[in-house]
Amino acid sequence: MNLLTADIGSTYTKLTAINTVQEKIIATAIAFTTIETDVLEGFNKAYSKIKNIAPSFNYDKLYCCSSAAGGLKMVAIGLVPELTSKAAKLAASSAGAKVVKSYAFELSPDEQIEIQNINADLILLSGGTDGGNKEVIIQNAKRLTEIEGNFRVIVAGNKSATSEITQIFKASNKQFVITENVMPSFNKLNIEPAREKIKELFINHIIEAKGLNRLQEMSENDIIPTPLSVLMACELLSNGTSDEDGMGELVAIDIGGATTDIYSIAEGKPTVANTIIKGLPEPRSKRSVEGDLGMRYSLSSLRDEINLESLSKSAHVDMGIIDFWINRCIDRPESIAESGSAEQIIEEYLAHSAAKIAIERHVGKYDLVYTPLGETFALTGKDLTSIKTVIGIGGVIVNAMNPIDILKSVEKSPEDINYAKPIGPDYLIDKRYIFSSMGLLSKDYPSLAVKLLKGNTVKIN
Amino acid sequence: MKNKKSNNDSITIVTGVIGSDVHAVGNKILTFKLEEAGFNVINLGVMVDQEEYIDAALETNADAIMVSSLYGHGEIDCRGLREKCDEAGLTDIPLIVGGNLVVGKQNFEDVEKRFIDMGFTKVYPPGSDIEEGIEYLKDLLKVQKS
Ligand code: B12
Repeated sequence: MNLLTADIGSTYTKLTAINTVQEKIIATAIAFTTIETDVLEGFNKAYSKIKNIAPSFNYDKLYCCSSAAGGLKMVAIGLVPELTSKAAKLAASSAGAKVVKSYAFELSPDEQIEIQNINADLILLSGGTDGGNKEVIIQNAKRLTEIEGNFRVIVAGNKSATSEITQIFKASNKQFVITENVMPSFNKLNIEPAREKIKELFINHIIEAKGLNRLQEMSENDIIPTPLSVLMACELLSNGTSDEDGMGELVAIDIGGATTDIYSIAEGKPTVANTIIKGLPEPRSKRSVEGDLGMRYSLSSLRDEINLESLSKSAHVDMGIIDFWINRCIDRPESIAESGSAEQIIEEYLAHSAAKIAIERHVGKYDLVYTPLGETFALTGKDLTSIKTVIGIGGVIVNAMNPIDILKSVEKSPEDINYAKPIGPDYLIDKRYIFSSMGLLSKDYPSLAVKLLKGNTVKIN
Repeated sequence: MKNKKSNNDSITIVTGVIGSDVHAVGNKILTFKLEEAGFNVINLGVMVDQEEYIDAALETNADAIMVSSLYGHGEIDCRGLREKCDEAGLTDIPLIVGGNLVVGKQNFEDVEKRFIDMGFTKVYPPGSDIEEGIEYLKDLLKVQKS
């Protein structure tokens, strides 16, 4: 059986040709995506490259994922920032969405305008435990009806508010679906139903809106969001199958033009004695997506968060060159640094910084509490200190001169007293960019996918 | 305050031991007794920050917050809780506190006054019976007794 996977990105279409009998990757190819005209152009170009490498290859089955046309853009809304708002954000991120922003409490008029400008595909509306607060979610439903746009709303909040919310959305012309609460009782996370709904809406509506229906017609398998496929690949590589051992708990990092994504497949239990656990429990498979940390489309916000002077000093690069390059990349996202140039040093520093900030937002934090009995710790989030496998995926890391320098940003250093970051992990890279592709095979060919993932994820330290 | 219903089941109480206090046993008994009396209890456990009580009360639309403090630093730990509740929109939520609130044996009337001045609705001296607190709660929240 010959399989073809396609990862349709905003700039590139990546194809991977696989033979299930030989259990190997026959060829991979990349071509520019042409979303404005037709995604099939990019697909066909890449496919002819595959044919050049393997003339006799014809696919029996096609699997696709897409992050084209901005990916699956979402906004998450909850009541309390650390509770339902966070639960909604976790649900959307783990469904493979690009969560542009999350909101808490009643939306203000400014926030309504902001949401209108974000122009999201889907909005996840939560708030209140079942039987808990319903005023805020009802108010926010009303506020959402006042916002213009073609977004669809997924309501996943206090079940006692659903009948009123249904009336509100029915009276307006907003498309909406209702599902189970993301936090049905206090501190209990229930993100699976919302995640399923997001996936369903992506398949049934967003595919068409993003101009992917012709591609969908060619494949009997649903097109899914690329980050969801990557998350599935991470789970698969971590867990393995009954025939093929996995690699155990791991962290994966993908730095892109618009976002920096961190995946962790780990329980995250505390490793420090005398620790009490605080906050919302987080899922074993967690994805976080940072919309303000990107190498191109969100470079201006990344720049605001880092110290470029220290780069200038340590790497002996003139501040003028740094500013010029960053401004150029903001204006012209297609800019590519020449190999071995000062610009490439800047790029890798930016990537290092993005990964460092992103991992610090992803991992749990230890707070030292002084009690009359002595020191105790409170852990909020996942403790990833014992993770031994950190994987770089995506072009920014894999193509870097020194991928290890970028990846090392996730490692716990002596200054990181609070962050539960990995200590002395092994570093690996997805050298043939197959993560998104293998995630697509996780249902039909899980053992093959694990095998190929293991064979193509190589250690670099 | 939200509308009162006729059975304890729909009455939500947030409990927890405040500050850096790790005395876990009393809190478990308190939670058990409240649940037995039919309340819906959100137990935050030990070492609870003021913000955690408030966040939990907001999401669950709680009817009252019951704070325990056993290790003697209750006064410092409880200061500002009422103001933070006001700030968060929980303007008239009852705040009930009990345990060994201060160090050593002090005149309870003085202690009680200091906690009432801090905005607490009801203050219990050391060794108080939980049943007392439950009766008070039922009365306060006008629950029909079974
Ligand atoms: C066991 C114990 C510990 C254990 C706790 C283990 C654990 N994880 O639970 C350990 C060894 C860790 C400990 C440590 C300390 N302890 Co200690 N501890 C006790 C002890 C012996 C028993 C506590 C207990 O479990 N009682 C049984 C439960 C059922 O009773 P309770 O906790 O009082 O709760 C009941 C009532 O108070 C009431 N109640 C509680 N909250 C509320 C709230 C409301 C609204 C209402 C109505 C009622 C109510 O109902 C509860 C159930 O019946 C008491 C002494 C005692 N006999 O009470 C000291 C005691 C509480 N500890 C004390 C002290 C000082 C400490 C330390 C500071 C000691 C130190 N110097 O290191 C540390 C503090 C640690 C910390 N950060 O919290 C003092 C507090 C003195 C004060 N407040 O003036 C006590 C009273 C001992 C004493 N006489 O000196 N302790």
